[in-house]
Amino acid sequence: MTNSLMLEIKNLHASANGNKILSGVNLKVRPGEVHAIMGPNGSGKSTLAQVLAGRETYEIPEGEVVYEGKDLLAMSPEERAREGVFLAFQYPVEIPGVTTSYFLKAALNSIRKHQGLQELDAVDFLSRVKERLKLVDMDKSFLSRSVNEGFSGGEKKRNEIFQMAVLEPKLAILDETDSGLDIDALRIVADGVNKLRRSDNAIIVVTHYQRLLNHIIPDFVHVLVDGRVVRSGGKDLALQLEEKGYDWVKSEPNGVSVGAEK
Amino acid sequence: MATETEKIEQLANQEYKYGFVTEIESESAPRGLNEDIIRFISEKKNEPEWLLEWRLKAYRHWLEMEEPKWPNVRYGAIDYQNIIYYSAPKQKNQLKSLAEVDPELLKTYEKLGISLAEQERLGGVAVDAVFDSVSVATTFKGKLNELGIIFCSFSDAVQEHPELVRKYLGSVVPSSDNFFAALNSAVFSDGSFCYIPEGVRCPMELSTYFRINAADTGQFERTLIVAEKGSYVSYLEGCTAPIRDTNQLHAAVVELVALDDAQIKYSTVQNWYPGDKEGRGGIYNFVTKRGKCAGVNSRISWTQVETGSAITWKYPGVILQGDNSVGEFYSVAVTNNRQQADTGTKMIHMGRNTRSTIVSKGISAGHGNNSYRGLVKILKKASNSRNFSQCDSLLLGDQCGAHTFPYIEVKNTSSKVEHEASTSKIGEDQIFYCKQRGLSTEDAVNMIVNGFCKEVFRELPMEFAVEAQKLLGVSLEGSVG
Repeated sequence: MTNSLMLEIKNLHASANGNKILSGVNLKVRPGEVHAIMGPNGSGKSTLAQVLAGRETYEIPEGEVVYEGKDLLAMSPEERAREGVFLAFQYPVEIPGVTTSYFLKAALNSIRKHQGLQELDAVDFLSRVKERLKLVDMDKSFLSRSVNEGFSGGEKKRNEIFQMAVLEPKLAILDETDSGLDIDALRIVADGVNKLRRSDNAIIVVTHYQRLLNHIIPDFVHVLVDGRVVRSGGKDLALQLEEKGYDWVKSEPNGVSVGAEK
Repeated sequence: MATETEKIEQLANQEYKYGFVTEIESESAPRGLNEDIIRFISEKKNEPEWLLEWRLKAYRHWLEMEEPKWPNVRYGAIDYQNIIYYSAPKQKNQLKSLAEVDPELLKTYEKLGISLAEQERLGGVAVDAVFDSVSVATTFKGKLNELGIIFCSFSDAVQEHPELVRKYLGSVVPSSDNFFAALNSAVFSDGSFCYIPEGVRCPMELSTYFRINAADTGQFERTLIVAEKGSYVSYLEGCTAPIRDTNQLHAAVVELVALDDAQIKYSTVQNWYPGDKEGRGGIYNFVTKRGKCAGVNSRISWTQVETGSAITWKYPGVILQGDNSVGEFYSVAVTNNRQQADTGTKMIHMGRNTRSTIVSKGISAGHGNNSYRGLVKILKKASNSRNFSQCDSLLLGDQCGAHTFPYIEVKNTSSKVEHEASTSKIGEDQIFYCKQRGLSTEDAVNMIVNGFCKEVFRELPMEFAVEAQKLLGVSLEGSVG
């Protein structure tokens, strides 16, 4: 079944400013799956998300990432985005003076153009986004506000999921999407993500806490410690972690990737 | 990163798009400046005696003045005796229609995308095209005539409306105002004149395209706009210039007069040759622009997008003389490569309840240096006056500079002045965010910069706003690596 793999991370190493952060991550993701990456602070979770999205501040001395049969690491960030890789940022960036709708329309059209689809005009774009707004319980006025400028923490996170809904990525990586959210906002965001789950897309949820996984039920949970996957399992693993803490897995030997054994 | 940088450099190295020279025989004055040259210019233009005297007085003043050294810009000494102060394209007689205009000239306009024939046919914008020093053709005169609006070359105004010119010339920018204004007053060759009669709302945007052509010809344009009581006019000024190796001096003067309840909106998109990457060539743009809200409830707005010139030195200001008058200044100034700009505004509050707004956006890239210099002066009599200033600087790269020099003088206690300033660097985070959504680096930079300038662009007339956005993109291509 190797040919049905969407993403395969092989022995991935990464460092920043000479500091080793990832030291041999392995992971396999198939279409339709939701993987949760958990781990204590500083374990390399966000680095993994950023490296997959193409952040240029990291050096990658070793390892390989194959996405839909292509060498992901050889692609620029915008190429990855156009090929369907989406990162919901832990800290969404403000772009003053640029409206959310202008920004998102430019993004969507660059992706559509890459896929050989016709670019959407303002009218088609609006009718497409309006229904997606409901998905994350956002008002239409969101569209005319500058990207993330003056947004509350919750609004910023909802905006990320809204963008995901509009851009329809094949592989979505949610980096600490639950951080800074209250219970209600968390439910809205999680519900939105759940509605976007399909058999032909995959989601990697990076999170420190188990609580998000009560709402977005993962197929697999991986625990990252010191830049390596030390343990993989089903959704119950998250509950065990919640109960026993990360110290429980820290002493584990080399990790195994459950996705491979499916 | 390396490939990104290369791509960016390629884009940055694009040749200046509007660089070409038109082959036309010129009738020029000899190089240098003295009273005989001024008499030559005045005679060529068949001017009345009082105007010659006015020029000579300005010249004598100028001789005693010193070139200002306070702007935060650097350039080699200008040899004022090595400049040709008058150059006119040779014409056969008087021109009756566009068909008689030198085809070379028309071609130039077409390259610039402002074919007069097209302008005339499509309508909407009346164009007074200043080619070198002489107005070549003026369109839409008839339509404006019906409303009593006068829109013509400065030379024509001197011939046809001497009383108006005499009344207002130098009334806002006196001939002794500053070194470059004095020089302009002595040698100005042509320019535009606009008069809106009482109660008339000018139905179209009036527009002038300036163009510097003959080699080493100094440009000394003079613009005078008078808006009578209760009138309104929107005026557009846009510029491109051909590539030259030697620096060209441009010292224009623009005077605006708004009487009771009148409104003047003056918009500029300036795209003169900025010089090459090493800073060779390019225009020296030393301009004096000032408006006077002479009447009560009058309003003058300056909006400028400055992307060109090697050196820009200009402070479009407003004298708020009438009670309740309003002055506005919206500016985007871009400096890339070796460009330098020292620009800002002067708001002089004299009347009561006067208000002024300043929004300045400076963008520096490459080795560019951008300074905002602004004066807000509220005199004793100007009770209950208000000023709001906002000066933002955006840096692209780590070799450029942004500076802010605000001067504030308030002489009464009932007035209020607010000043906000910020400097930010285009963030790697912002660019990565855009790229992660599928946008290229160029598109990302364009988007971020245009967002930064939004408050100014929305003050521009529609067609100008589009042009300004494109211009900004071209000016900054490849400035982030």
